[in-house]
Amino acid sequence: MRDIRNVQMVGRTSDGRLVQRPLSGHLSVYLDFDMIVSVGHRITGCAIAIGTIVLVWFLVATASGEAAYANVSWFLRTPVGYLALFGWTAALWYHFCVGIRHLIWDAGRMYDLPTVRRSRGVILGATVVLTLLTWLIALS
Amino acid sequence: MTNAKGLKIDIMRSYLGRARGLGSANAGFHHWWVQRLTSLALIPLTLWFVFSLVHLTGAPYATVRAWAGSTVNATLLLALIAATFEHMHLGVQTVAEDYIHSDAVRLTLILAVKGASALLALAGAIAVLKLAIAG
Repeated sequence: MRDIRNVQMVGRTSDGRLVQRPLSGHLSVYLDFDMIVSVGHRITGCAIAIGTIVLVWFLVATASGEAAYANVSWFLRTPVGYLALFGWTAALWYHFCVGIRHLIWDAGRMYDLPTVRRSRGVILGATVVLTLLTWLIALS
Repeated sequence: MTNAKGLKIDIMRSYLGRARGLGSANAGFHHWWVQRLTSLALIPLTLWFVFSLVHLTGAPYATVRAWAGSTVNATLLLALIAATFEHMHLGVQTVAEDYIHSDAVRLTLILAVKGASALLALAGAIAVLKLAIAG
């Protein structure tokens, strides 16, 4: 036992043996689409966090002068740069949509399962539309 | 309310937990609330920022510089930076606390992310101020 709080996690098997009850035991039993949507919010959040480094690089380069700006501009136009920007755009819109649903949930609305199942379709659809729209306008 | 031995029970916590001073440090709500406040602020700020960047794509350096340096845009950029990095370190902290079991690794990562987000926010803010003030 690592920590005094683990006292709450002690259970007893049917033959009376003391065991530590598993955390998130359901994960090994089932994994459904809503759980993937939920963990996707965390994964995209971490991806956007890495993207903020490039955002600050872009701002600092713009403030530093034309040569520094040319560097960041060059990087973002390499295949890796384009791929990263596209990934961040998609991650940002996904996190944006799921985040709004979280705020609605915090207000106590849309928390029943049928609505949750419907809203995930809206989230995925809105992510695709917003991402494509962003790139269509940017490249046009 | 009293229990079987006549002891007064004022909160639903074990006596051991209370005696050890563990449990809620009362900072959890503040963490949760700031995360929500920043997410609310980030809704319009993100829309504005992506809309602006999309229209700046392919623009010459002078245009980008003038855009970031205008008082309104610089104000919104500073707000975006503040809300983004506050939201970011709180979010990464939540993820780290949920998935990293080793105390040493978790604490190191959380502190590193908090330090990095503070430094990135400062660097971004100074860049924007430089553009806004120096023109």
